[in-house]
Amino acid sequence: MLSLLRAARGAGVRISTAETLEALRAAALVGPGDRADLRDTLGLVCAKSAEEKRIFDEVFSLFFAPQAPAATKPRAFEERGVGGDSQGGGGGSGLARMIVEGDRAGLDQALAEAARAEDAQAIRFFTQTNALARRMLDRMGLAALEAEIAASPDPRLTEGVVMLRAEARAEAERNLRLFGREESEGLREYMLRRARLAAISPRERARLASLTRAMAKKLATRHSRRRRVAKRGSLDLRGTLRRNMGWDGIPFVLRHRATRVARPRLVVFCDISGSVAALSGFLLLFLHSLGAVVRDLGAFVFTGEAIDVTETLKQPDAEAAIARILAEHGHGSSNYGTALAGFARDATIDRHTTVVILGDGRGNRAPPRVDALEDVARRARQVVWLNPEHPALWGTGDSDMPRYAPFCRQLRPCRTLDELERAVDGLLLLHRV
Amino acid sequence: MSTAPDPIAAVAEGLGRTGYIASRPIALALHLAQHLQKPILVEGPAGVGKTELSRAIAAWQGLPLHRLQCHEGLDESRALYEWKYGKQLLYTQILKDRIAPMLGDAPVLAPALKALEGFSDLFFSEQFLEPRPLLAALREPRGCVLLIDEIDKADEAFEAFLLELLADHAVTIPELGTIRAAVPPMVLLTSNGMRELGDALKRRCLHLFIGLPSPEMEARIVAARLPGIPALLLRQIVLFIAGLRALDLKKLPSISETIDWARALTLLHTEHLSPDLVRETLNILLKHEADISAAQPALAPLAFQAKRDAETGMPLPA
Repeated sequence: MLSLLRAARGAGVRISTAETLEALRAAALVGPGDRADLRDTLGLVCAKSAEEKRIFDEVFSLFFAPQAPAATKPRAFEERGVGGDSQGGGGGSGLARMIVEGDRAGLDQALAEAARAEDAQAIRFFTQTNALARRMLDRMGLAALEAEIAASPDPRLTEGVVMLRAEARAEAERNLRLFGREESEGLREYMLRRARLAAISPRERARLASLTRAMAKKLATRHSRRRRVAKRGSLDLRGTLRRNMGWDGIPFVLRHRATRVARPRLVVFCDISGSVAALSGFLLLFLHSLGAVVRDLGAFVFTGEAIDVTETLKQPDAEAAIARILAEHGHGSSNYGTALAGFARDATIDRHTTVVILGDGRGNRAPPRVDALEDVARRARQVVWLNPEHPALWGTGDSDMPRYAPFCRQLRPCRTLDELERAVDGLLLLHRV
Repeated sequence: MSTAPDPIAAVAEGLGRTGYIASRPIALALHLAQHLQKPILVEGPAGVGKTELSRAIAAWQGLPLHRLQCHEGLDESRALYEWKYGKQLLYTQILKDRIAPMLGDAPVLAPALKALEGFSDLFFSEQFLEPRPLLAALREPRGCVLLIDEIDKADEAFEAFLLELLADHAVTIPELGTIRAAVPPMVLLTSNGMRELGDALKRRCLHLFIGLPSPEMEARIVAARLPGIPALLLRQIVLFIAGLRALDLKKLPSISETIDWARALTLLHTEHLSPDLVRETLNILLKHEADISAAQPALAPLAFQAKRDAETGMPLPA
């Protein structure tokens, strides 16, 4: 039970100690008789969302699928094993006897014992699989069996050894999938956060998206808490008088001024041409997940023209919406000049607005229209430019970054998810005035 | 669980007698909740019978049902208790004349205050307490079913306030002290997933997710609600609904809509689904204009297929 819960925890279901106790009580109540009932019981107690429930069910079926390859083992062996029962014979070692007699239960038990003795649950990385399988086989007495085969070759035994190897490997892999998840998942997450977003394979996208949402949620809770910051030192005269009215206005209790932290109004302007598209997608997803913290989110994307996608982004299923945006408007080479001009014309920008521009500033030698950005910067509270290129490259080739730079309050390189998180964190902090 | 061979099946059967067909996970959750005395947090799309479940439990156990509908800005005074200010004021007025003679012989303030003390406690006693659903549920002598509906619509502060109630089955009223439930009520919370609930709340609950049912299940539910419905029509209906749910719609039709539709069709004395009939009654199933127009092209093939599959007599997908 405990190792099942540990496995579930590794797979991403958050289970606290109290819940573990609760789960044990519940399991005792239901009893181990019906496996589906047990699964539902533990799911009820431990999982806290539909997603977690799905993960938990997966872990559960994996956990209680010992000898999963039983169905796929060589049929020839099975038949012959059963048929060979009468011949008895075979050899001295217990393993050989079990193989020859086709004693599946005995083999399974031996394998399980070997796994326990070798502490298979301690497996962490896939590179350990082979070694673990080997150790398990050694413990089961494979060496003796091989010696026996060398002495008197028996096709049944040779085939049995092949099968045994496969099963030990499968058992090791099962343990890896159950218990190695936590570590390898942690490692992968660490790598993903630091990998360049443009270079991430589509296979990792889904994982990255969930990671993005988790990070955004963290930021959202951090920034949603304190909306008012009490400033010590600056006295609120009116408030103090009103508070002390009961004592004839003699100020027993002082009131200090509090500053409201405004929820930022953000307008993002994303380059979705091929070079920057992936990063833009993640920025949009990030902002969508921030939800409540951002009061009002406007979103424009561009390659050649600025396109308002605010409405599209309001849909609940952000990933689909973003994918659609990228598919509809993406592809093509960017023209910052016309796009900026359109953005300056169409976007509602007032003195509370932070404009976030995400792009590499490479306008393919089209006129950069710095005046449009100047106009935007004058109307907005601030302009923040996130650039997926290394600062050393700004200004080389067709990059117009040095020309845009004077109108931006901040220029940040932003290539990885980590940097993106820091950039958005900074955006929200900037608003604490 | 020593008496009945299968207590979970007994729960399902008990609910079945009230007309609520519970799937095994639902019955299991109830069984656990009864024995662990934990509240159940029921999540799922609108109209799958979350609220109905608590009604069925109350009917099955023969207990009263107290329902608290959550909404934005719901606070303690509306959920838990309130002082009857009007009554307090009225009593003060009436007592005013009586107090004067009583205090008349007290020459200074201190003895007068002492004489009054007895009265002030009187005004903050249970007599002047207006119990709201939560308090009423705790004071129910035989226990009850407490339904906290759509908890996700209430504010986060209210959620925190519920924690004491859910964990200890007790509430604290400053003037009176802690009121503990004699018999812990069976608590159900429902949520439509408008917002993420806090982890503290989730941790205290059994988490039950009710999804849309399989056609087989749905047929049993509709049959329980509409005993007179022709079997063939019922099969067509659930198969058609299952097909409709596979479409890309904003709001999928849930059980309550299926029941409404089945009721409408029986009122119309329908025997077979026909595309025209489906088109005319579609507004019972789909509540969004966009959904109706999106489903239009698929209606005829779906109706035809449902009719054909129903007539083959295959068992419904479980």
